[in-house]
Amino acid sequence: MRIEEIENEIIDEFAIYDDWMDKYEYIIELGKDLSLIKEENKTDDKLIKGCQSRVWLDSEKDGEILNFYADSDAIITKGIISLLLRVFSGQKPEDIAKSDLRFIKEIGLQEHLSPTRANGLLSMVKQIKLLALQNVAA
Amino acid sequence: MRKFEINTVRKDFPLLERTIYGKRLVYFDNGATAQKPQIVIDRIQQYYSSENANIHRGVHHLSQVGTDLYEEARKTIQSFLNAKHEEEIIMTKGTTDSINLVAFGYSKLLKAGDEVLITEMEHHSNIVPWQMACEYSGATCRYIPLNGKGELDLSNIDELINSKTKILAVTHVSNSLGTINPIEMLIEKAHAVGAKVLIDGAQSLQHFKVDVQQLDADFYVFSGHKLFGPTGTGVLYGKKEALEQLPPYQGGGDMIKEVKMSGTTYNELPHKFEAGTPNIAGGIALKTAIDYFTEFDLSELEAHEKELLEYAETKLKALPGVRIIGTSENKVSVLSFVVEGAHHFDVGTLLDKQGVAVRTGHHCTQPVMDYFGINGTVRASFAFYNTKEEVDIFIGALERALNMLG
Ligand SMILES: Cc1ncc(COP(=O)(O)O)c(C=O)c1O
Repeated sequence: MRIEEIENEIIDEFAIYDDWMDKYEYIIELGKDLSLIKEENKTDDKLIKGCQSRVWLDSEKDGEILNFYADSDAIITKGIISLLLRVFSGQKPEDIAKSDLRFIKEIGLQEHLSPTRANGLLSMVKQIKLLALQNVAA
Repeated sequence: MRKFEINTVRKDFPLLERTIYGKRLVYFDNGATAQKPQIVIDRIQQYYSSENANIHRGVHHLSQVGTDLYEEARKTIQSFLNAKHEEEIIMTKGTTDSINLVAFGYSKLLKAGDEVLITEMEHHSNIVPWQMACEYSGATCRYIPLNGKGELDLSNIDELINSKTKILAVTHVSNSLGTINPIEMLIEKAHAVGAKVLIDGAQSLQHFKVDVQQLDADFYVFSGHKLFGPTGTGVLYGKKEALEQLPPYQGGGDMIKEVKMSGTTYNELPHKFEAGTPNIAGGIALKTAIDYFTEFDLSELEAHEKELLEYAETKLKALPGVRIIGTSENKVSVLSFVVEGAHHFDVGTLLDKQGVAVRTGHHCTQPVMDYFGINGTVRASFAFYNTKEEVDIFIGALERALNMLG
């Protein structure tokens, strides 16, 4: 699926929640279900330090596409990561670089990507974009 | 004296009426900043709509009025702290600004071999300026360590405070633990070796009465915004002789006596430390905040907050996996805790979505977190306008959050 299609899918999934706590319940489930990165791979060079929560990011090039693996010590952060990776992982670098992550705003999670939130997510997105750009250039 | 009556008191603070995400706001982040009573908000509005002019420099009417109002604020602060002289009150931007002012001065007075003593529980703003002063001067920065209850470990105090100690900078109350420090004893010990003492009062004046003469502190600093006043206001109290010893911090207008191209002579206290146009509206409204606060019998507010703390603590302890960080018997209404298996960021986010505002993280006290081997806490900090019903909402919201995270 293309990035935009996945984004639309996620927007639809979230459309059923009109209560914040229900929305977060779902995000937490996403966070719990996913073992995103192996414990031994959580090394300092993959660590993105946020003020509140920590995020680890790993990536690998597989032919034309980029795969991402990530994790966090906070489960809400982890749940949001799983959404981000669902959108980005397995996509072509040029598509990743172009994406404006419209869905985050649509589902009301933009506060988590604000520069003041300091949960490591914004830095993670920047890092993903940077990796994508490097691979476009390469 | 105004009788403390919680329901009428709450009506003084318009923000407390707010809803967040459709839920009634429970504001338990008073340690970060306190809400403002309507009269403080009105005072700022009144200043800009009918009194605005620059002060200390004009002959015209408004300038004179503004100067008088601003200097009245200084007098109110003087009497609030019971300072001996009006010129011992320096108006600043806040606690951080006040500490930097003193630490900058010390960076010029200190030399290699001298010691600065701080503590392991200081807010970063009472650590970093001293580390900088030591870096610039070659002096050594030492600290009084913590104990497991989140108090100062004083077992080695007579070695830590010694003839090399030039200044001791210590917080009156810890912002992340709530601990009230035995500063009377520390001041006495520091004075016995000829050292000066700076007390960080950012978390104390909103909870109990402070008399700087009785304490005999050389410097006492606080922020207006934590005391129901505007942001960008603060105070450095300094004993006259201690302030006179200190070189000026920022140069500019107002702080000078005479400027020649060949050099400048500095103004008298307090103006020597007040360069440039100050936060005039803020200073005047800080006076309003202090007037408002001191209308009450402080011991009534203190009793109410103590009751809130005990009530919340009992309820919190009954929840599984909760560990309170900062368990001194001598503390203000600050409740810092961690929950086994739940990250403070997750807890804070889920409380927020239920309308409960708390602070999460290291609270600008990373060494405290390191000491306890944690990377953050959830902190509920109460003000006198908070209620037991709000504590119930908070505990209910926390239970729901922990169920979701468990
Ligand atoms: C103990 C303590 N010191 C210093 C500060 C810094 O105050 P401000 O940010 O108002 O300058 C704070 C505020 O969080 C504090 O709690």
